Amino acid sequence: MAQETRENITLWKPSSDDRGGTWFLRVLLLLAVMVPVLNLLVPTSSGAHLSVFGITIIGKYLCYGMLALAIDLIWGYCGILSLGHAAFFSLGGYAMGMYLMRQIGTRGVYGDPVLPDFMVFLNWKSLPWFWYGFNHFAFAILMMLFIPALLAFVFGWFAFRSRVTGVYFSIITQALTYALMLAFFRNDMGFGGNNGFTDFKDILGFDLHSDLTHVVLLVVTAAALGGSYMVCRAIVESRAGRVMHAIRDAESRTRFLGYPVESFKVWIFVFSAMIAAIAGALYVPQIGIINPGEFAPINSIEAVIWVAVGGRGTLYGAIAGAILVNYAKTYLTGAFPEVWLFALGALFVGVTLFLPRGIIGLIPARIRAK
Amino acid sequence: MKQLSKGSQWVLLLIALCGAFPALLKSQSPNDSGFIATLGELREASYSDKEAIVERLSKSGHPSVRAVLTGFLEDRLYFRNSDQKMFIVKTADADPLELIDPLTLKAAGSASADSMTKIGSNNGLRRVLRTTIAHYSLSSPDPAVRLDAVREMNKALDEPAIAMLRERAVVEKDAAVKKEIETGLALAALDSSDAGERLKAIATLRGSVSQDVRNRLAALLDKGSDGSYAESNESVRKAAAEAVQHIDSWRNFYSGVETLFFGLSLGSVLVLIAIGLAITFGVMGVINMAHGELMMLGAYTTYVVQTLMPGHIGLSILAAIPAAFLIAGLTGILLERTVIRFLYGRPLETLLATFGVSLILQQSVRSIFSALNRSVVTPDWMSGSLRINDALEITYNRLYIVIFTLIVFALLMLLLRRTRIGLDIRAVSQNRSMAKAMGIRTEWVDAMTFGLGSGIAGVAGVALSQLTNVGPNLGQAYIIDSFLVVVFGGVGNLWGSLIGGMSMGIVNKLLEPYAGAVLAKIFVLIGLILFIQIRPRGLFPPTGRASEDK
Repeated sequence: MAQETRENITLWKPSSDDRGGTWFLRVLLLLAVMVPVLNLLVPTSSGAHLSVFGITIIGKYLCYGMLALAIDLIWGYCGILSLGHAAFFSLGGYAMGMYLMRQIGTRGVYGDPVLPDFMVFLNWKSLPWFWYGFNHFAFAILMMLFIPALLAFVFGWFAFRSRVTGVYFSIITQALTYALMLAFFRNDMGFGGNNGFTDFKDILGFDLHSDLTHVVLLVVTAAALGGSYMVCRAIVESRAGRVMHAIRDAESRTRFLGYPVESFKVWIFVFSAMIAAIAGALYVPQIGIINPGEFAPINSIEAVIWVAVGGRGTLYGAIAGAILVNYAKTYLTGAFPEVWLFALGALFVGVTLFLPRGIIGLIPARIRAK
Repeated sequence: MKQLSKGSQWVLLLIALCGAFPALLKSQSPNDSGFIATLGELREASYSDKEAIVERLSKSGHPSVRAVLTGFLEDRLYFRNSDQKMFIVKTADADPLELIDPLTLKAAGSASADSMTKIGSNNGLRRVLRTTIAHYSLSSPDPAVRLDAVREMNKALDEPAIAMLRERAVVEKDAAVKKEIETGLALAALDSSDAGERLKAIATLRGSVSQDVRNRLAALLDKGSDGSYAESNESVRKAAAEAVQHIDSWRNFYSGVETLFFGLSLGSVLVLIAIGLAITFGVMGVINMAHGELMMLGAYTTYVVQTLMPGHIGLSILAAIPAAFLIAGLTGILLERTVIRFLYGRPLETLLATFGVSLILQQSVRSIFSALNRSVVTPDWMSGSLRINDALEITYNRLYIVIFTLIVFALLMLLLRRTRIGLDIRAVSQNRSMAKAMGIRTEWVDAMTFGLGSGIAGVAGVALSQLTNVGPNLGQAYIIDSFLVVVFGGVGNLWGSLIGGMSMGIVNKLLEPYAGAVLAKIFVLIGLILFIQIRPRGLFPPTGRASEDK
């Protein structure tokens, strides 16, 4: 029975193999092993030594990869194009940032044991209620998952129930992240306003400036990326995944067949938001800053473009796209700052015109297929 | 004897006329050198001498007396140490000082603050100056100058001022000035010892909407520290209280009108940035993320046109409108022919490709004009404001933007409804294959439609160049707003965009006093998100077959 289903999927959607995914997981594993070795065991003098800066960059790419994975899950498999996914990423980041801010304690510039520096600066007398509990790591992690999930649920429930689809949905997600950006820019919100959170000291008692912490964070990020990839893969290959496909290709028909289209969409949207939030939460301690700029609508659009460049509807392609585009960005902004935007712009135009299946589409199907 | 005396009177009159005639001819510059000499005496005069000199200056009737005396009053009268020449400076206490020639009132270069000496004044002298200027202005032939003068005097009424106003009230013909003088006299009459006079004054002041008048009346109701009212008579107090209430309700009304107008002008900006998109997105179904950059091109076109014709700022703005339309429109046609035509029917793909194009356009502008903001000069006729009354002023730039938006909208409507190309555009958007079957060159119409939408974006850019900084990021700041307006109004419906944009602007401005600018914007965004839940296809949803296409 299971065998039959599998074959059906293969027939029905040729790219739904897992050779690419297997390769991706192998590379990820290799990365998780090599980074600690190159950083901790290879001496600093050696050319092969990987600096903390390098680890931070890799960690950033992996976080972006997770965000791309979250977008591909809903866009590539369910046809929901969210242009506001960076909002969930940033909310996750802010939850982690709140925990890290509380860990600073008396080591801040003003040395207040409870209030973060920016609150002292704004002359606040006591901690706002929504900051309570964030000094506990477990609570912060819970909130990091819960808040974005709640937002995604409420937003998705309203939107999908009203059958807001396609372009309309994309544009209201833009409005959502734009509204959040404006809100977080306000000092009165209690999230550090313009400057956001920075100057973190340690996480769970480990110094954030030490190499070891960075290595561990990177390994955790790689594990989270690999884990969420496998979960996403399992989802898209399950029965629910097939319903998602059906919704993507013919929403009304799926509804007429009796499937609760709205519930499927809401839950996959919530799940995707949670992956994005985890990515954001892992991003903040490695990069060391979170500010409202992360909510900028342009970031969400960029993330969608990573997915398109990599190849939507393949999961690993989205991750590859995120890493490739960001590598190109890091390289080109350093080497040829003038050329960077031209190159990126041309890449987007070129990919949409000539590579509708993304870079992954370049690899011949027989290699990708089982 | 009688006869002779009459004759001699005639002769005298003739002689007088002959004498006056050259003076009349020269009235543009009666005795420049004398004026300058009198002015020069200020350098070494004592304060009491200065008063006499001011008197003589005002009697000279020289056209620049008012400017010179105002400059003196505001500590802007200097002489140059090297040649003892007198100058008015543009702003006091600046370095270097920008000089203005006291005769011609034209700019006369600049000089370092060290090389100039200020003509000093004291309180007494300033009082004299104020009165003299007011007197001088009150007899100006220009009613606007007189009105300003009366307003200025009403702010600080003293004995000579009241006397002057009384004098003027008799001869004043202009209704607005007359009313202002009456207000001033009534304000003065509030200090009268006769309760009847005071009641009469309050009745006059009741019709005013000025803040000063309101505060003055409210002061009558103040209680002193000993519990007694500032106004002893109870019926006067009652009248004053009623008048304050009356003025307040009118002021509230006018501030409501003002808010509405602010909302309309903000809404006009929203409509202007959105109607180009209403065509490319609404009619053609292309999610054009480069729309903002097309506006940016329009704004830069304004900048370039202005640099090409530096002497004609006002004209350059008008010339920039067709130029921006052409440049943005041609860019749009190029974009359609090279990229978008391959992506019809795949709206989300057009989003990605046009986003790429927007990055390229941004970087091109950055490479050509540098990343710094360019400044576009606002022409004189757009600065300043239209004063309706004491409680309501409308700035010209806001007024023009409303008018401009309505004109652009009307022209676009005319084009779509009354021309051949408009007919083609509507036909193709309603049913492409049928239009093709009827012999319409749909490909060509697509290019023209996209060009039209882009051109209008360029025109919007000209308007934006007057409102914000012209820089490479100008487009990004507006792109979300413009999409929201189109979606709110209903895709494919230009009237929807007009009404949608205007109502978004008005709601935003209505919320602003209570919530502040940022929070108001957030509320509008949340409101829109909720609105889309209720009406997923906007205010005016598209109907018919086309709406069912995906």
